Amino acid sequence: MRLNRSAMITIAVALALFASLAVVVTAAEKNDRTMSEVPVPAIPQGQGERCVEDTDFMRRNHMTLLMHQRDDTMLQGIRTKQYSLKECVNCHAVQGKDESAVSVSDPKHFCRACHDYAAVKIDCFECHSSRPEIDAASPHDGLIAEMLKE
Amino acid sequence: MNRKADKPATAMPFDPGRRSFLAGTAATAGVALAPGIFLYSVGASRSAEARALDEAASSEVRWGMLIDVNRCDSGCNDCVSACVTENGLQGHGRPATDPQWIRKIDLRDPNTGREQSLPVMCQHCDEPPCVDVCPTGASFKRADGIVLVNKHTCIGCRYCISACPYKARSFVHETLEDQKSYAPRGKGTVESCTLCVHRIDDDRQPACVEACSDTGGGAMLFGDLNNPDSEIARRVAQYASQQIRADLGLNPAVRYRNL
Amino acid sequence: MKRTIYSEIDGKSGRFYLLAAVLAALTLSGFVAALYMEHYGHYITGMNNQIVWGLPHVFAIFLIVAASGALNVASIGTVFGKRIYKPLGRFSGLLALALLLGGLTVLVLDLGRPDRLIVAMTTYNFTSIFAWNIYLYVGFIGVVAVYLWMQMERRMNRYARAAGMLAFLWRLVLTTGTGSIFGFLVAREAYDSAIMAPLFIAMSFSFGLAIYVLVLLAACHGSGREIGDAVLRRLGRLLGVFVAVVLYFTAVQHLTNLYAAEHLGVERFILLDGGIFTVLFWGVQVTVGGLLPLLLLFRSPPVNSVVSARGLVIACLAIVAGGFAQVYVIVIGGQAWPLNLFPDREVSSSFYDGVISNYSPSLPELGLGLGGVALTGLIVLFGIRILRFLPTTLADSAIDPNFVSSADKS
Ligand code: HEC
Ligand code: HEC
Ligand code: HEC
Repeated sequence: MRLNRSAMITIAVALALFASLAVVVTAAEKNDRTMSEVPVPAIPQGQGERCVEDTDFMRRNHMTLLMHQRDDTMLQGIRTKQYSLKECVNCHAVQGKDESAVSVSDPKHFCRACHDYAAVKIDCFECHSSRPEIDAASPHDGLIAEMLKE
Repeated sequence: MNRKADKPATAMPFDPGRRSFLAGTAATAGVALAPGIFLYSVGASRSAEARALDEAASSEVRWGMLIDVNRCDSGCNDCVSACVTENGLQGHGRPATDPQWIRKIDLRDPNTGREQSLPVMCQHCDEPPCVDVCPTGASFKRADGIVLVNKHTCIGCRYCISACPYKARSFVHETLEDQKSYAPRGKGTVESCTLCVHRIDDDRQPACVEACSDTGGGAMLFGDLNNPDSEIARRVAQYASQQIRADLGLNPAVRYRNL
Repeated sequence: MKRTIYSEIDGKSGRFYLLAAVLAALTLSGFVAALYMEHYGHYITGMNNQIVWGLPHVFAIFLIVAASGALNVASIGTVFGKRIYKPLGRFSGLLALALLLGGLTVLVLDLGRPDRLIVAMTTYNFTSIFAWNIYLYVGFIGVVAVYLWMQMERRMNRYARAAGMLAFLWRLVLTTGTGSIFGFLVAREAYDSAIMAPLFIAMSFSFGLAIYVLVLLAACHGSGREIGDAVLRRLGRLLGVFVAVVLYFTAVQHLTNLYAAEHLGVERFILLDGGIFTVLFWGVQVTVGGLLPLLLLFRSPPVNSVVSARGLVIACLAIVAGGFAQVYVIVIGGQAWPLNLFPDREVSSSFYDGVISNYSPSLPELGLGLGGVALTGLIVLFGIRILRFLPTTLADSAIDPNFVSSADKS
């Protein structure tokens, strides 16, 4: 099974072709989120005093918390709010030009601020709403608001 | 009631929105006392066993539904509309690919000409074929009997759609926007009726059931089949009820009367 | 009979580069089609909530089924000790790998979330035949690779038989697994039959060998290598048997289904009034893919070699066409027939209950499927270009143990 020289070259070319294909495929991925042009991420401030854990801890570990919460909620119906994605979105909402919260299609969105910078891609917002629910967290709470007004 | 009140302080000690959160708790009780829901006294029988937020769903419960076909009007589509609104299922005007979590089926007996109408959604089988065939385990049955798709691990192979005897599942065929925050959905994954799991975990009834009792014929009853004191368990014990395709032995949690 | 010598093909001719370019272009357009489908979502295809598996799955299942069949030639040589097949073994292994990779690529690229392939590889649900198939496919690639190595590395030759045995058993299980995908769909009347697994095995023998013969002839022809009558006649005869077995199992499949009263409807649909499916079944699957090859392959001894080779090629092409139609009828036809939620009632709804579903394949689906075929071709082409898969000659004098030198064969 000795390979001759041109065989090696052919293999190398094939591998290179394959690799470049992979690059093209990834590059053409659906989310054409533009890279942030700012050299350092300008991270919008969350509402309230502090985050659900130490800010520093959150910076490094928010993905682990989210993944864990995701499985707990999805598989077991555990609905604690502390690490709920819905709550992150609610509290970290960023106001856009028209006073309403921006969606993740806007580079100013909290979750994009450093993901763009760090070239991290997440698919969460293909399904999850990236804005707080317009009439509060659930239609139920909408009812509450009305009742409180009366 | 007030499972939330058990846990509020520990759940989020630093929550600036805690006040509205507690207000929500109080209001939930108010709504639970609203007449529409009281009709079947589901709220009352459920509250005793309602879970705390940090408590996992229990296999002692089996959520189910009893649908009285005689009370279901052929022209009425309220359960379907409620489902669409609740879960943000507005289609794209392409009926072959638009999702339907619940649909009305009109039946006609060719021998007698008798016509009936009934809603069909995921039947939340005890032995769900979709769960058996799913390669990644994304299709699963929660401890309390609700059959769900874990969209985080669904790869979109659609084997479960083929396997479902009830045609209850849909595939998301296009990019979606503006989903409901409590009902995430997205392109390339399979979905079906969740029995409004986000409502159930919030001690509320599925949207279709609520709509049916509010404006429809009051044909749908939701509750815990495992709790002998619940309205639904009493009724299925008392009256004959049927399962669709009972011959398959899947033991669905959705039952029908007068079918 | 001499010792078989293998060599790479030259790969310097214009024809080689042309073929490589065409295959590469087709493969690339397959990837582009997949990207397009993924970007817009599946609504731009012919697939929908009723027909959830479309043309890509027909291509994928056809290629995967053929892959395990293509390995048979190697098995007959090493496992069953037929010496004339031995020189054909390496190429058989290569083709099997290429077909499987082509088919799997199509299958994966059609997923709703191909980006989650890693999830499919790391989280298993062991009650799912689909999950088992992932193991079977990956294992097949490994087993065949080892088998090839044993055949190609002189020091390892003595293990070739054991490896061949393993590969043979593996491929039987693999095809059973593929067939069982349909067997598990309890509520789909068209698939509710235990015959599905043996039928798929028979199909794999037949499609795999037909493709093998076609590709072998093309490779030998293209690289100016001789291929003798004896080996072609043998392959042809074997192919004839396989075609007959497929026809037999097809008959059993439909007869047993007819026997079950509740399946009369779907049988009537496929066999009598299913439109395109009925045409494909009788016209392409049975007539072109079954009867015609039988006629061509079992004619009384061919007059001269030219006619026999041409007859063989036509037979193989017919088998491929018929096989594709067969998979199409099984996959799409089986889904087009509506699920019966309420036996004995007439049903209607907004969700196509009780309605025979329509499917018209779209261009991206075809592109993706053809891309898989082209990828298979590309792998074979590169394989024989860089490694020694093909014997320098398959002339009777070189490989037929019964060859008598007085005969005036060329
Ligand atoms: C109660 C409101 C609130 C909620 C809920 C909340 N955060 Fe925060 N978060 C904040 C505030 C306020 C800060 C800024 C703290 C600071 O400046 O030290 C912050 C900071 C952060 C940071 C660091 C940003 C930086 O400046 O580097 C990350 C990352 C983060 N949050 C992620 C999350 C995630 C993920 C969730 C959901 C699990 C979440 N947060 C939920 C209020 C919240
Ligand atoms: C294909 C759609 C989809 C994608 C993509 C997706 N999710 Fe989810 N997610 C869901 C669904 C459906 C639920 C269940 C909602 C429920 O039951 O209330 C859910 C629930 C959750 C929950 C619990 C509910 C909450 O709001 O806290 C978390 C946390 C979560 N997902 C995190 C994530 C993260 C992190 C990502 C990205 C890495 C992600 N999800 C991507 C569909 C998706
Ligand atoms: C302080 C900057 C910062 C903010 C703000 C931030 N992230 Fe991240 N996130 C990161 C970095 C950096 C990574 C990559 C970590 C790694 O790869 O180890 C990451 C990774 C993730 C991942 C895992 C991705 C993967 O594929 O492994 C998820 C999920 C995620 N972030 C969700 C969120 C969500 C949701 C928000 C908004 C609520 C958010 N992040 C806000 C910096 C941030």
